[in-house]
Amino acid sequence: MSNKINHSLSIAKPDATDISTKQKLALTTGIIGLFILVLALFNTNFPNKGLFLTLALGLISIGTIIYSRDAYLTKLEGIKNDGVWFKSISSRGVWGWIVGIILTTFYIVLYFFPKYLGLGSNGAENTGLISLFDPLSNLLSRRAASQWFVYGTLYTVAILAFGYKFILKYRHNRYQQLRTISVMFFQLGFAFLIPEFMYVMNNDLPYYDLKSMWPLNYYIFDEWSVKGFLSNGNIGLGLILFGIITIFVISPILTYKFGKRWYCSWVCGCGGLAETAGDSFRQLSSKKMSAWKLERWLIHTVLVFSVIMTTAMIYTYLGYDKNNFWLTRGLFTALVIGFLTLVFAGVLFFKKQELGKDAKYGAIGFFVVIAALLIMHFTGTIDNVFYIKSNSLRSAYGLYIGSIFSGVIGTGFYPILGSRSWCRFGCPMAAILGFQQRLFSKFRITTNGGQCISCGNCSNSCEMGIDVRAYAQKGENIVRSSCVGCGICSAVCPRGVLKLENDNMEGRINPTEILLGNDVDLMDLVNKK
Amino acid sequence: MQEHIVIIGNGISGVTAARHIRKLSDKKITIVSAETDYFFSRTALMYIYMGHMKFEHTQPYENWFWKKNRIDLKKGYVNTIDVQNKTLHFSAGDSLSFDKLIIATGSKPNKFGWPGQDLEGVMGMYHKQDLENLEKYAPNKQACKRAVIVGGGLIGIELAEMLNSRNIPVTFLVREDSFWNGVLPDGESSMINRHIKNHHIDLRLGNNLKEIVSDENGKVKSIIIEETGEEIPCDVVGLTAGVSPNIDFIKNSGIETGRGVKVNRFLETNIPDIYAIGDCAEQHEAIGQRRSIEAVWYTGRMMGETLAQTICGNRIEYKPGHWFNSAKFLDIEYQTYGWVHGKKSKPENEVHFHWKHEDDTKCITIAYHKDTNEFLGINTFGIRMRHDIFDTWLNEKRDIDYVTNNLSMANFDPEFYSHYEADILSAYNKQLQIV
Repeated sequence: MSNKINHSLSIAKPDATDISTKQKLALTTGIIGLFILVLALFNTNFPNKGLFLTLALGLISIGTIIYSRDAYLTKLEGIKNDGVWFKSISSRGVWGWIVGIILTTFYIVLYFFPKYLGLGSNGAENTGLISLFDPLSNLLSRRAASQWFVYGTLYTVAILAFGYKFILKYRHNRYQQLRTISVMFFQLGFAFLIPEFMYVMNNDLPYYDLKSMWPLNYYIFDEWSVKGFLSNGNIGLGLILFGIITIFVISPILTYKFGKRWYCSWVCGCGGLAETAGDSFRQLSSKKMSAWKLERWLIHTVLVFSVIMTTAMIYTYLGYDKNNFWLTRGLFTALVIGFLTLVFAGVLFFKKQELGKDAKYGAIGFFVVIAALLIMHFTGTIDNVFYIKSNSLRSAYGLYIGSIFSGVIGTGFYPILGSRSWCRFGCPMAAILGFQQRLFSKFRITTNGGQCISCGNCSNSCEMGIDVRAYAQKGENIVRSSCVGCGICSAVCPRGVLKLENDNMEGRINPTEILLGNDVDLMDLVNKK
Repeated sequence: MQEHIVIIGNGISGVTAARHIRKLSDKKITIVSAETDYFFSRTALMYIYMGHMKFEHTQPYENWFWKKNRIDLKKGYVNTIDVQNKTLHFSAGDSLSFDKLIIATGSKPNKFGWPGQDLEGVMGMYHKQDLENLEKYAPNKQACKRAVIVGGGLIGIELAEMLNSRNIPVTFLVREDSFWNGVLPDGESSMINRHIKNHHIDLRLGNNLKEIVSDENGKVKSIIIEETGEEIPCDVVGLTAGVSPNIDFIKNSGIETGRGVKVNRFLETNIPDIYAIGDCAEQHEAIGQRRSIEAVWYTGRMMGETLAQTICGNRIEYKPGHWFNSAKFLDIEYQTYGWVHGKKSKPENEVHFHWKHEDDTKCITIAYHKDTNEFLGINTFGIRMRHDIFDTWLNEKRDIDYVTNNLSMANFDPEFYSHYEADILSAYNKQLQIV
């Protein structure tokens, strides 16, 4: 039947869900703003760069704001998903592919060919797009812009403008609004402004986004980074200590209390972009069982990769820089192995039953890592294995995971794979937080008795590809490591079945056969097995 | 050889029965359907038209699920049931024999013999085919300049919401003098009236359909209203005046039928080894205050859960627990636990406490016993509440004081939402003072 809309290329498509005149004007405004950036990209030398940059970013923002206001404020409060699967851009139609290809190309150029964006090399002045951003960079940190500054600015503008759109879309939902204000705040403050100001205060400090933790921030323990911190007195020492404390103390406490959402959908920049600019694509993530299987293998492989990579890297510079660090190779190896053993033993002791056959995979992974570390330590092969060419493992990780997976695929493929494919399949940080969320956290999505009607709105809107309905229709709470707690499943549920909660660990996972509402004796008989 | 269980109907009742029989046994299971290849959520059909989801998203199980669980699926329309030889005969000419048969054929939209009710462009909103029909006749506001919906129930308002999502003007004929007030108390019903109008839907209360007028091609041209004689030009007419059991093919089989397939408490028909569940089953005697035919998602599921036990050797009665239900009226969610009756059907000893928020989108009604103050049930609009809490309170026979004082325990709204329990409690206390 014709529910599968044929995506025509015609802009004048006679579609019932067509946009209004005001929205067309708003689109025009935004596109003019984008066009200024495109002109700059093709080396148009604007006379007053500051003015044109302001104009470009301003028009893009104003266009988005007017468009959103007309789209949402003209209607009553409520769920606004009409036509999502009819629109070409949000249903992998022609526009979806076009946007996906443009984004992907942009990321490839950004990561691998910044000179095409106009980056001046060897002290030469910037040209093209990057030079357009020089005035803003000078204003903030008294230096010329880099490709990362351009990217950071556009990223922040995207989160702010689309965050505003998202707030209007969910103006009946305080959870969504507060969460969005939070990601907008952390992006603007912590990821964008504070690092610039830190540079002004002390330009030897490495770039440090305070909210970005290892292993998402995979370069924090790089030699140049650690040295940079340590050579900057108390501030630098304090910063790297803060980095270590966030990983081992702050994050586990917050994840225990609130689940991984405190980070993934309230603080994280990758999550922030996915929740705002990526919101229109959330329904595109695959809910298939096969995708879930792939996810579990992929994300944990990346995690193991990042742990070994970081350990080997630190190990190496501890070796040839003996005198610079109080930590020795032997002690460091012992610490890592000790910590992993502690985690592994703790999990087995407390959660063996819940893990079931996954415990076997976990055990294999654990012993492989430990054995690898021990063998490498006692045979002295770490340098040989990983440092034949300087830093080859580290650069492989940076290239394949840090750049291609998180950037090119993670964001470039928004309109194809959905908004959170990096968070779901690749992010090692999400793997760690998810592991804890599944086993040691008060967070769950509570299912409201027997009220589910299996409609599928929840699963459809899950950006992490969780088949929420599969749990809800069984009356079972949703306790999944991948859940980032965005709360959209709860928002779109037409029957009030889902609620994100931090509650007791007891009874958090509650598989049932017979649902609430049926014969009490039957429920007792079947459910208490 | 394993016993062969055949289920006619792949809706929630039949599929739940099949799943539970598989969990409990190794019996051979076949599900027969003429509507679709795979189980889908009927309640989600509206979201396909609205573009929130595609058809495949309304299927709760992936297509490999059925083979993996050894549940055979047969697409076909059953013409007759031969109860002597335990055989189904299909319209395509083939047949299928069974050891036990479960009839779970659901409902079909009511038609009350209106002139023109079978014209092109006239449809119910129940089957997947109805949706395809709607897509054909009401793809957009150019092809469908106005739609008229006849019948103010849950399906009617969903159809109105669907058409509204494509900016198609809707006239909504409701027989009662206020929306769904056969079920809802007046305060709630009138709040929904206003909400419907806020969505620019032309709501006509107390209006009946007289006839549907045809154009020269046998397609709908307009409708005429009984009371006023007004003629309303339209391209689509939605008939949503309730549903009734879909059992025409059973009538001559020897299986006892009334309005539905007659069953006892064990969901058994008068013929051994033949059962009926879901919308199409009719209890000889209604259970408690329930209707003898319950066309509700949840009851279909519960009957499926129950019958699977019986089929697998643990013969038990269908004994549903406390009544509950839910719906969504455009943007306002509705849940109900226990019994709260509308004016017409309210027992003499049931009294109500009603609270409505000033924004006119949230309200609750608590029903309690006039003499004992026992809590009987709650309707809640725009505020989500917990099923298990009310189930417990109904079991414990709490009184209305307890319920109003502990209402925050039942709140199920998302985090950071405003809470109204204090407001509700003070309104309740004020009402007591007046009395």
